[in-house]
Amino acid sequence: MRLTQGTFSFLPDLDDAQIRAQVEYCLKNGWAVSLEHTDDPHPRNTYWEMFGLPLFDLKDAAAILSLIEECRRTYPNRYIKVNAFDSTRGWEALRLSFIVHRPEAEPRFALVRTEAEGRNLRYTAHPYAALRPAGERY
Amino acid sequence: MEQAAKAGPGPALDLQALWRDSQIDAALESLERELVGLSPVKTRVREIAALLLVEQARRSLGLQASPPPLHMSFTGNPGTGKTTVAMRMASILHGLGYVRKGHLVAVTRDDLVGQYIGHTAPKTKEVLKRAMGGVLFIDEAYYLYRPENERDYGQEAIEILLQVMENQRGDLVVILAGYRDRMARFFASNPGMASRIAHHIDFPDYSDEELFRIAELMLARMNYRLSEAAAEALREYIALRRKQPHFANARSIRNALDRARLRHANRLFARRGGALAAADLTTLEAEDFRASRVFRGGAVDAA
Repeated sequence: MRLTQGTFSFLPDLDDAQIRAQVEYCLKNGWAVSLEHTDDPHPRNTYWEMFGLPLFDLKDAAAILSLIEECRRTYPNRYIKVNAFDSTRGWEALRLSFIVHRPEAEPRFALVRTEAEGRNLRYTAHPYAALRPAGERY
Repeated sequence: MEQAAKAGPGPALDLQALWRDSQIDAALESLERELVGLSPVKTRVREIAALLLVEQARRSLGLQASPPPLHMSFTGNPGTGKTTVAMRMASILHGLGYVRKGHLVAVTRDDLVGQYIGHTAPKTKEVLKRAMGGVLFIDEAYYLYRPENERDYGQEAIEILLQVMENQRGDLVVILAGYRDRMARFFASNPGMASRIAHHIDFPDYSDEELFRIAELMLARMNYRLSEAAAEALREYIALRRKQPHFANARSIRNALDRARLRHANRLFARRGGALAAADLTTLEAEDFRASRVFRGGAVDAA
């Protein structure tokens, strides 16, 4: 099931020219761009792992594009997203975040019903991919 | 391919129009106007501009060719304008669409080479990333390579540089600069670097007349002018200064002018109380130059 998280996630996947245009837009606004990756696809999982440090003082998107390529080579079976942080107010505010790479097959989510007090039901969405230990998913 | 065949006898391409559109003319003209002398440098810059323009015309006909590598090395004595030309080069290459952003990142060994194992690669890569889309200017590049210390981390920086110069030549242009003999030694001990640099540009020393014109340009930019006697004194100063040690071409002239401004200010201050005309504030007199130690055969205090 296609993970929809961040900007543009209901659109078809962006190609490299479109990613470059988005990154150019971020750099033009003076935002610091960074990469994150994960293999835990839950929609509420927003704490992904950083790939390298955020890149400051860039003028051109070429450096980010090559970093994305490097990250794809390192983690071909993980989700990778680009984050853009704005520091003009003195703290790092996330302005834009979009997925640039996903695993080839995205397993569905299981619905787990938990019985609670008074025959109430609580529902949990649990990704099948997360049944296996981290690093062996996908 | 089809397009290329079609264009054979077809309408002639208007290089003149391409030239106009690129606005390279303005950049070259300001190079001509604001930089005195340096004719080999200007010729080479023109050649590169022509090459890129023709390349652009060929591309518009669908004739594919990988962009020509434009990494350069600037060699010459101190004060011959290497950094200044590098700045111009960035904006010229941007005008021709060879680099996307046209900014200049000027670095020296300190910015590229780390102090301990594992420190160099991230440092060099960081600099390269900042320079992407523009020009990376490495001043005194020969300090990167220290043959006397085989554990020096400079070699690591050179290898990363070479890799990027080869694989991402569309993304940035690297310009190495330094004194002639030491650059020659640097290239001799790093054949990989020498073979990846297409353009070796040599900056000649300035003649006395050229230095005088440079001085005039500098003064005009600072809103000063020379009295006739002062011009005469400055000419004599240049001829004498050249024979003394630590002569650094245009840089020595700039320092001489700065000292003359000091004496000028001091002279005006000494006779405060008297009326001061606008001309007094802008005109350097002969005595401002004649007071220099150069005229007494003494060594100058600093370059």
